[in-house]
Amino acid sequence: MTGNTSPAVRERSARPSAPGEGAAQLRIINLRSRLAGPFDLTLHPGECLAITGPSGAGKSLFLRMVADLDPNEGEVFLDNIERRTLPAPAWRRKVVYSAAEPGWWHERIADHFTGEATNFVQTTAPRLALAPTLLNEPVVQLSTGERQRMALIRTLALHSPVLLLDEPTGPLDEHSTVLVEDLLRERLAAGIMIIMVTHSAAQAARLGHRHLRMENRHLIPA
Amino acid sequence: MNPILLTPFDLAIASVLIVLDGVLSLTLRLGLHTQLAWAAARMVVQLVLIGFILRLVLAISSPLATLAVVLVMVAIAGREVAVRPEQRLGRFGNYAVGASAVAIATFLTAVLALTTAIRPQPWYDARYAIPLAGIVLGNVLNGGSLALDSLLGSVVRERAAIEAQLALGASFGHAMRGLIGTSVRRALLPAINQMSAAGVVTLPGIMTGQILAGMDPLEAAKYQILLLFLLSGGSGLAAVAVVYLAAMRLTDDRQRLRIDRLTAKARGPRP
Repeated sequence: MTGNTSPAVRERSARPSAPGEGAAQLRIINLRSRLAGPFDLTLHPGECLAITGPSGAGKSLFLRMVADLDPNEGEVFLDNIERRTLPAPAWRRKVVYSAAEPGWWHERIADHFTGEATNFVQTTAPRLALAPTLLNEPVVQLSTGERQRMALIRTLALHSPVLLLDEPTGPLDEHSTVLVEDLLRERLAAGIMIIMVTHSAAQAARLGHRHLRMENRHLIPA
Repeated sequence: MNPILLTPFDLAIASVLIVLDGVLSLTLRLGLHTQLAWAAARMVVQLVLIGFILRLVLAISSPLATLAVVLVMVAIAGREVAVRPEQRLGRFGNYAVGASAVAIATFLTAVLALTTAIRPQPWYDARYAIPLAGIVLGNVLNGGSLALDSLLGSVVRERAAIEAQLALGASFGHAMRGLIGTSVRRALLPAINQMSAAGVVTLPGIMTGQILAGMDPLEAAKYQILLLFLLSGGSGLAAVAVVYLAAMRLTDDRQRLRIDRLTAKARGPRP
């Protein structure tokens, strides 16, 4: 997975002064479905777009459409590669969606991490104030906040160039929220792009380089 | 073999037992007597009717008539598989899945038995083909409907888990692997139970019938063994066909989970 991100990072560092010109960007063109849109926007390496808006306005729908998890039309380019030219799973590993209420499919937390992700979760969990012993617990034993952070680590373990985060700190206390934001800021500095749905205007201001509002299934300036 | 033929009077005596059940229902206020009467009447009419139809088809002894009877049976079984689950696939998906799975499993097992083990002349002789297809269908129906109910129900329940895997870049097949396994396992349990209990807990219906009809018990046991192999094999085939056909309808060319293609069965007012 790391191999996928490094060309993007190299590209960006080669032209640090002109982020808009670089090929390593996320371009969303006329993205629409029966339920939402159309959406048009461009994201540059290292940029975080924060989206706020009332419940049911279409924030999650939008993220799911970008990840190609719901039927939709329109084009999305990453590094000038249109997503339709990639198999859907390959696209979703690059542009990875993390749900507000993440699902689990094995009994224990640790079973959700395989290969390199096993090392990754062991080193990253303490950074989010998660005891490594939690990994051996059944998923149901963890609190909502603990599960949320574990799910974020699961997502970060893919080292994807684009993260679509749906209320990543929704159920977290202030301290954990700061830890999560620090981790995300680190990734942004390394050149990834984030579209983040949040209910907190303060978080949108802290983390987002840009801030849009979803209203009635359309994105408008905040 | 000289089967003891039954007269309508013999059956009338046996029906006293049903009447007894009805009296029990009335005295204990179980409220079952109407249902019981209807079920018994339906059973008699259906069996006498199929007796006449089979007699007719055996007399015609035309492969087309045999095929027509088997196809009607497959259609009815397919419908039963389709209507059991709480969840319905759009565009009559349950019916398409149920009928194709039942047809595939029944034809494969019945043709295998007719061309290798039983070998009547010709192999599609209605006297063998129709009863065999019938008994295989009964079990295939069970396996198929359990598998479909289990798969559709668990897809709705486990939606978040499936989508989490898809979002992390798993293929649809990979994300569904656990649910598919569970559904097939659930569908095969009755077949496994049936085989384990055969001869110990229950004397299976075919064997009982053949012994009553005058066949040597060991010969009857051999037939029963053959049939249990066929029935279990048929159930397994139907379960596998059902889950894969249903899973294909739950995804699209971009390996999404198309939960929008499922609707819950409209339930009537609860009693």
